[in-house]
Amino acid sequence: MDRIDRRGFLDCMAWVGTGLVWVATGGVLSSRLITEASASDAAAGSFNFVQISDTHIGFKGEANKDAAATLQQVVDRVNALRPAPAFVLHTGDQTHGQKAGAFDTVAEILKGVKTERIFYVPGEHDVFLDGGKEYLARYGKGTVEGRGWQSFDYKGTHFLGLVNVLKYKGEGMGSLGDEQIGWLEQNVAPLSSSTPVVVFAHVPLWAVYPQWGWTTEDAEHALASLRRFGSVTVLNGHIHQVLRKVEGNVSFHTAMSTAFPQPAPGSAPAPGPMKIPEAEARRLLGVTEVAYVPGTQPLTVVDSTLG
Amino acid sequence: MSRYSRTPIWSWRAALAFGGLATALLAAGHAPASTTRDVGINGFKYAPPVLTVPTGTTVRWTNHDEESHTVTSATGAFTSAGLSNEETFAETFTRPGRYQYFCALHPHMRATVVVK
Repeated sequence: MDRIDRRGFLDCMAWVGTGLVWVATGGVLSSRLITEASASDAAAGSFNFVQISDTHIGFKGEANKDAAATLQQVVDRVNALRPAPAFVLHTGDQTHGQKAGAFDTVAEILKGVKTERIFYVPGEHDVFLDGGKEYLARYGKGTVEGRGWQSFDYKGTHFLGLVNVLKYKGEGMGSLGDEQIGWLEQNVAPLSSSTPVVVFAHVPLWAVYPQWGWTTEDAEHALASLRRFGSVTVLNGHIHQVLRKVEGNVSFHTAMSTAFPQPAPGSAPAPGPMKIPEAEARRLLGVTEVAYVPGTQPLTVVDSTLG
Repeated sequence: MSRYSRTPIWSWRAALAFGGLATALLAAGHAPASTTRDVGINGFKYAPPVLTVPTGTTVRWTNHDEESHTVTSATGAFTSAGLSNEETFAETFTRPGRYQYFCALHPHMRATVVVK
């Protein structure tokens, strides 16, 4: 970056300080970057919510010298949405390596979000030091047996928040574990197949790139009980870039980080934080719209970059 | 006078012999002064991936990546905190064995310290 003043820095970081708005209208869910959402999304009966991910407060490096500032930018943009989002999902890695004070900083900044509730699932950075003790002490309340996974319903859509970083050892991938999968099976059993389902978890629930740990080893067992539903949307983070995949009625979507990007799968020797020259920043800004309908109709994905 | 009363000659020979013997004994039983060996963390890899050291060696890891990493024993024998860029962690190995370790944040990163 040539400009080192704060304004130049924040301009450069504009592309990372991004959240996603999800709009549900009549069973059709679509998403776009917060910068693109507008009041016209407030069609009758619809609701919108926001996904933010990988805030990595505590990170300080070439890729982002001020992760708190970029998060604050996202909060400001969320607060500019009309109508306000019904709630916010944070799909993990709110802290960077459980750095001292980071959880407090995130909580402080997110207090400024004008929404009714924020739902959290942890990333590996939030739990690796102590097996999740600190994270669950703060965010375990209201989750199943205080263990971090949870479900809730909003206007007929069923939401499932899963934890796939607490057994983050062994093969190096995300892992849900038998207990959580068993809970999920029982949780969705009474639902009719026309209920739209949204699943959110940190590590991708599909095999984005196993060589870098970008997969969940037992996700298939969980997804098996969801395949009968007409519309399933899976929202993940962890990989710090937007990727999408469709498998039948299940659409997978990963979110950008609010802190720093990571390289596309296999495009670099390792998945570390990536610096981007300012000139290329706009190539990474894009509009992502995911439209799907319940039942057996195929999903339409349209995305375009801004520059 | 007996030759044994010629103390100075007998003494310095004996002292020399004794000193030499003592030195030899000390040299044989005393391990080399404790050394430190380094392992670098670069591009999500530990280098060298297998480090062989004598018992008593201190191994020092330095993280050169921007991303944080840990040095976590597969058996729980030792673990570092999250190491930021250029932070270090050291462990002294007092027992022989094969010590496999990995990064708790990126568990596909694995390496071994062999202590002989």
